[in-house]
Amino acid sequence: MSTIVFIDTRGEKLPKAAQEAVTYASKLAGGPVTAVTFGGAAGLESLGAQGAGKVIVARDVTAVDGQQLTKLVLDVASKEGANTIVCVHDGTGKAVAPRLAAKLKAAHVAGAIGMPEGDKFKRNVFSGKAQAWLQVTSPNKVISLMPNSIPVGKDGGSASVEDYHGDLGPVRITVKEVRKAGGGVPLPEAELVVSAGRGMKGPENWGMVEELAKELGAATACSRPVADMHWRPHHEHVGQTGVAIRPNLYIAIGISGAIQHLAGVNQSKVICVINNDPEAPFFKAADYGIVGDAFQVLPQLIEAAKKLNAER
Amino acid sequence: MVRTFAARTSVPVKILVLLSQVPDTTARIAFTDGNTKFDANGVTFIVNPYDEWYALVRALELKEAAGAGSVTTITVGGADTEATIRKGLAIGADEAVRVDVQPTEALQVAEQIAAYAKDKGFDLIMAGKETIDHNGGQVGGMVAELLDLPYVALASKLDVASGKATIERDVPGGVEVVEVALPMVLSAAKGMAEQRIPNMRGIMAARTKPLTVVPPAATDHVAHTASFELPPAKGAVKMIPADDAGKLIELLHTEAKVI
Repeated sequence: MSTIVFIDTRGEKLPKAAQEAVTYASKLAGGPVTAVTFGGAAGLESLGAQGAGKVIVARDVTAVDGQQLTKLVLDVASKEGANTIVCVHDGTGKAVAPRLAAKLKAAHVAGAIGMPEGDKFKRNVFSGKAQAWLQVTSPNKVISLMPNSIPVGKDGGSASVEDYHGDLGPVRITVKEVRKAGGGVPLPEAELVVSAGRGMKGPENWGMVEELAKELGAATACSRPVADMHWRPHHEHVGQTGVAIRPNLYIAIGISGAIQHLAGVNQSKVICVINNDPEAPFFKAADYGIVGDAFQVLPQLIEAAKKLNAER
Repeated sequence: MVRTFAARTSVPVKILVLLSQVPDTTARIAFTDGNTKFDANGVTFIVNPYDEWYALVRALELKEAAGAGSVTTITVGGADTEATIRKGLAIGADEAVRVDVQPTEALQVAEQIAAYAKDKGFDLIMAGKETIDHNGGQVGGMVAELLDLPYVALASKLDVASGKATIERDVPGGVEVVEVALPMVLSAAKGMAEQRIPNMRGIMAARTKPLTVVPPAATDHVAHTASFELPPAKGAVKMIPADDAGKLIELLHTEAKVI
């Protein structure tokens, strides 16, 4: 039996999370895998570098309708004789992977964070406060990979690309409107994140946060109160009720570090905390800390980042 | 926050809310029996916040706006979940169902719920976006597949009119507005409703509202949690003086090697 990987490639560029999922699937299979996708960004053949032998793309599908996408993936899985399906643990994966698992009577590993040991898969539980090993006992498996969990493979060649022409049935979820706020690095994929909270005192002071992020090539994020007060857009909110992220670097400015905020960022590899309150609970979860006023610290960080960029 | 409703729904909506019991958000996380079981000693259990604040409260708002309809909760769990289930009734659900079996894994839970719901004619089945213990976010989608219904994950706004749901769902960098004909399944995220604290009248009424216990259906066994582990303790935080803050960037480059 073989492994296939399902990815969302609707944007202009191939998402890093998709490249990670292809890498993961190819490592699991120990060789080239077939990738199935929709939308169809430019450069699908380059997924060969991550271990895709073939990419099958449904170009006419432009929105996430779980039933259509489930049909697409099951059709490809059946043609390929696959019993293992790898997805990305993002909005698209969350709409499709559980359906695939229910249909195939398969175990669904929701949010795998690394390669398995035998049939045991590691995933975060209790909002990142612990990890669990899920023992899979079914012959069929659906594995959703958490973004930023494994390095992107670079060793393979070029993949062949085929268009999908099957009938996916009726659209039952109609998109009426899309509201997107600008481009930039999608937060769940960002390797570096600069985040700020109420300590910034008002939305008019975000220029410095954005400038530091720009110098570092980082995405910007914020705490819940900041999103609730509409200082920043809702999609920037990281934490238990917002987006959960696992970047290499998380810089938190003027965020106290309530348990609900930590739940969304505690998987970051390096955490820096800048807060004028030395008792802020966030310092206990930090690797580096600065007790000081954001308005005094941020200009120094921006200057140092500019200097570093000039040297590189 | 005051919500306004453009129009009353003409047809009463029959809603099923999936309700899980989880350890309190601030509970100490520890394990027993060779790290194979959650240590419930001294832990307070609550209604999973996404199920309660978002799914259940929005379901009640829809019913109130229509002036008709019903809200039923369903929980897969032992008798120890009944206090949590009563909380849902105190907030305002009309009735509750408990499937009398210990939950072990997402597909098992979904199959139990689908087996109950399949011939009951629910218009809307609402789950929280995930539980705060297993964080899977799987059961809603699985129930939808088992019942052959559309499923919208991560819904942050929901309105129902003329047999159709209009939903905002979170997508990377923004939101998408989608329309789906009922019946359907969704998972509720932040934004859908505000938390409701049950009042004394609600708590009294909850005691006499129906809580039906149903026997479990036959389900598939596809996985189980073999063991848990706690992350290694964080090393001591390295403090940098505020007047030498630029040093942080240097350390991130030379020591942590992340930039």
